[in-house]
Amino acid sequence: MAWRNLWRHSRRTWLTVTAMVFSNVLLVFMIALQFGTYDMMIENTLKAFSGHLQVQAEGYQDNPKLRTSIPAVTALVDELQRALPEAEVAGRAAAFALASSEQRSFGIQLIGAQPGVEPHVSSIPNLVRRGRYLERDDVAEIVLGSVMARNLKADVGSEITLLGSGRDGSFAAGIVTVVGVFESGSSDMDRSFAEVPLAWFQDTFTMGDHGNSIAIALGDLAEVPAAVQSAKSVIGPREGLVVVDWNTLHPGLRQAIQADLSSGWFMYGVLIILVAFSVLNTQLMSVMERTREFGVISALGIRPRRLAALVLLETALMALIGLALGLCLGWLVSLYFSINGFSYPGMEEVAARYSLPGAMYPSITVGTMLLGPIVVFGFCLLAALYPALRLYRLRPVAAMRAA
Amino acid sequence: MAEIKCVELCKTYRQGDAIIKALDHVSLDIEQGAFICLSGPSGSGKTTLLNMIGGLDALDSGEISIDGQRVDLLEKGALADLRLHHIGFVFQSYNLIPVLSARENVEFVMQVQGVPAAERRRKSMAILEEVGLKDMEGRRPSQLSGGQQQRVAVARAIVSQPKLVLADEPTANLDSVSAKHLMELFVELNQNHRVTFLISTHDERVMRYAQRLVRMRDGKVVSDEIQISD
Amino acid sequence: MATGHGLSLTAVSQLSWRNLWRNQRRTIIMLLAIAVGVWAMIFMTALMRGMVDQMIEDGIDALPGYVQLHHPDYRDDPNVENSLPPPGPELLVALGSPPVEAWARRVKVPAMASSERNNRAVMLLGVDPQPEIAVGFDPSSIVAGRFLEGPNDPGLVVGRKLLERLETDLGKRIVIMSQGPNNSIADRGFRIVGVFEGKLSAQEENLVYAAIGTTQELLGMGEQISEIAVKGGDYRDASALYAWVEQAAGGQYEVLPWTKLDTYLGLMLGVMDGFVLVWVVVIFMALSFGLVNTLMMAVFERVREFGLMQALGMKPASILYQVLLEALMLLILGLLLGNVMAVASIMPLRDGIDLSIVAEGIEMMGASSTLYPALKPKDLVMANTVVIVLGILTSLLPAWRASRYRPVEAIAKT
Repeated sequence: MAWRNLWRHSRRTWLTVTAMVFSNVLLVFMIALQFGTYDMMIENTLKAFSGHLQVQAEGYQDNPKLRTSIPAVTALVDELQRALPEAEVAGRAAAFALASSEQRSFGIQLIGAQPGVEPHVSSIPNLVRRGRYLERDDVAEIVLGSVMARNLKADVGSEITLLGSGRDGSFAAGIVTVVGVFESGSSDMDRSFAEVPLAWFQDTFTMGDHGNSIAIALGDLAEVPAAVQSAKSVIGPREGLVVVDWNTLHPGLRQAIQADLSSGWFMYGVLIILVAFSVLNTQLMSVMERTREFGVISALGIRPRRLAALVLLETALMALIGLALGLCLGWLVSLYFSINGFSYPGMEEVAARYSLPGAMYPSITVGTMLLGPIVVFGFCLLAALYPALRLYRLRPVAAMRAA
Repeated sequence: MAEIKCVELCKTYRQGDAIIKALDHVSLDIEQGAFICLSGPSGSGKTTLLNMIGGLDALDSGEISIDGQRVDLLEKGALADLRLHHIGFVFQSYNLIPVLSARENVEFVMQVQGVPAAERRRKSMAILEEVGLKDMEGRRPSQLSGGQQQRVAVARAIVSQPKLVLADEPTANLDSVSAKHLMELFVELNQNHRVTFLISTHDERVMRYAQRLVRMRDGKVVSDEIQISD
Repeated sequence: MATGHGLSLTAVSQLSWRNLWRNQRRTIIMLLAIAVGVWAMIFMTALMRGMVDQMIEDGIDALPGYVQLHHPDYRDDPNVENSLPPPGPELLVALGSPPVEAWARRVKVPAMASSERNNRAVMLLGVDPQPEIAVGFDPSSIVAGRFLEGPNDPGLVVGRKLLERLETDLGKRIVIMSQGPNNSIADRGFRIVGVFEGKLSAQEENLVYAAIGTTQELLGMGEQISEIAVKGGDYRDASALYAWVEQAAGGQYEVLPWTKLDTYLGLMLGVMDGFVLVWVVVIFMALSFGLVNTLMMAVFERVREFGLMQALGMKPASILYQVLLEALMLLILGLLLGNVMAVASIMPLRDGIDLSIVAEGIEMMGASSTLYPALKPKDLVMANTVVIVLGILTSLLPAWRASRYRPVEAIAKT
């Protein structure tokens, strides 16, 4: 009977259902897009250079100095790799240096990296546009960011002189040849970054066998907690070493996502409330119209509770249709964009800023798909409570006399 | 006052699979100032006839003239004008606009006609007094009894001085006393204002007020008699 | 105004208004829905606007200026080689008259800062303090010591983060080293006379202010400068300023408006306008279903009445207007309520919403951690207009249907 009541005023029912479908489609798509974007943002940021977690000497994160170093870094890298067979592990050293080409000099951030493993942890080696990445550990080679190359007026084949301070405070100097120029899309990285082989770095900056950080890249964010545990147990006995995860490495990332999420919830909330109003009005009208009818039914002995349940059932049925249709349509839209990517004018600049590709891809999971529609469903039922309550308190005689 | 000539009016409706002959070659002449009752069971065609004369519906064939003017040839806009200026309606129920007071309801037609406010008020109060509802002028229809509502409807029908008043089963929802009062009012207005009244009904008591009684059945006129009313 | 065959506007309005309140509960619910929708439109827009405007303004202050002039090769290669002579007489005149409100000449070169314990790559800014403040440097950002006091001040002003990184302090000396002409290295010791806090931590780590005269001397530049920053008018439309400066500048300069200097910022303005419109329309669409439903129900309930009116001689158009007016009144009331709610909720937040919980995240996006809502007339107008226009369009259907009821059918529904 609830079903048939719905279709007595088909236009009205359809309008309300359409409102639900509209908001559902919007919610499904937008939530999928949001989460897809977050995932991508995190992955891209972490993949760029830092990895999902790192092992560092204590205090390095807050105050990165050459002296704050990890002893026997390559051996530790191997140990960690054995403990985390599914992950990629790479050791690094970092120092500030003055780089001079024939015509220009600049202060840069110099990274010593392991040519064999670095490409698995960081995306930079794969973004070498001209020339090649580092290959051997002991040669005097360097890879520059594209903006830096331009600023130094250098290119593949140029010679760069590096000057800095070694770990023991002594003067560090060396000459390297540019073998590759990379373009990461982030002008900050392209301007201030350069990589040399770790062994050469250790030699030139009197590091001995020390390094400054070990980056570990995983397949999925979900693996982080377990990996942190494993890493901790590996470095356990050693003094002065800590494991930091990506939240510490990039505090802004999680917060940026939180901020975006909050603004998203606000907007979704408004949409859902408006749909709930629509449902409220419709069901209220529906109940009021049938006052006399309900009065008769009630006089015949049906309990008020069942009448109220009737209204709720009607609403639930409507909401279910809305949910099903909205879910389908929303899923289709998300699917389309997950293949073709979603972008709007002006997006590329924004994307470059946040290390995102030029288009966003919705993430289709059970969670993203169902979250919106289920909340809508819940609120619609809530909205129907008031009319249901009125029905509950109905007095048969008064009802039947209502015109 | 209106002289109405109906010649061979035909109208059929389709209801589901059935074809209903609402008007089957109906011819009727109505003289000025007449007070006529159309009677017959439901489905006899009396409402259809009223609707045709009032320009609310279109004929399949036949002619209707009011004061020599062919109503059946008028297009919608002109029909609306006709109804506005020359015809008054009283329906069985839902005669009044619920959100307007009694006086405002009476004034409604004059408003549409463009009569200035002061004159409207004067005329509507006068007519309300005539129908005995002067004290109720500010009340909304929901605050009036059935009989009072019908009287307001009549007041509205009369106030713009139409040639003709068409009433479709006006007493159907009234108790005997109110019905009696209403019919007496009709008669009075017919005599005082010399307006032609055409009333459809299946109520025997109402029929007794008619000067002329036209009986219909199955879309045809079966009898047409002058009565002496008591 | 009597039209003879339709009711006057006042009469129709009276009918519309009274009919609106016929079913109080329904009308009030719809009103509330509209009000909530409008409130959300305006509130969210004010917040977003506030954030973006702040972001853009801070970004522009960081450039600084609405228009900048450089040597054509400077931006690719920010070396002293690519510097310019100070403005000639013609340009000086142009810079001294409206629409220019302030301008500053600057030297800006990459350099290295060394303390006893550490080295950092920085951007050395040689500035003239008063004009620099006029084009965007915020004197209240100095948290210790003082800003520079004239174009030949020997002191240095650095950001707090840089101070920490270099492990040095106010009053101490650090060495600034940079590239002079002919690829020579120029270096000198400076005493730190002031510490500033930037809106963006990148600024604090990167920028080092010295007096322009001192810098030019250090780098052997003579009177040459790296760039001229110009400010005037409304940043939202810098085209007039740009045209003015460009025509006076002559071919030796590259003149750029801020929208090209930081394309991201430039786009933000346009993109935000787009977002706001989309948001407003989406909300309206969510409302529209309820609106149509309510109107349809109201019309459906009054079929007999409409039939009656037409039977009495009213033209169908009057019925259309009546229903439209009813919708319009509903919309206007809802708009009024929504606008009032929005203003009432934004007013108390005028002093800014504290976002320090997500401070670093916000900084990642380039905004500062206090959000000031910005209620712009143009946004208000846009939201209200969209609601009214779309609202009337949406109401056309029920209104049209109401006027199409044929009197006979309508009355027959008795």
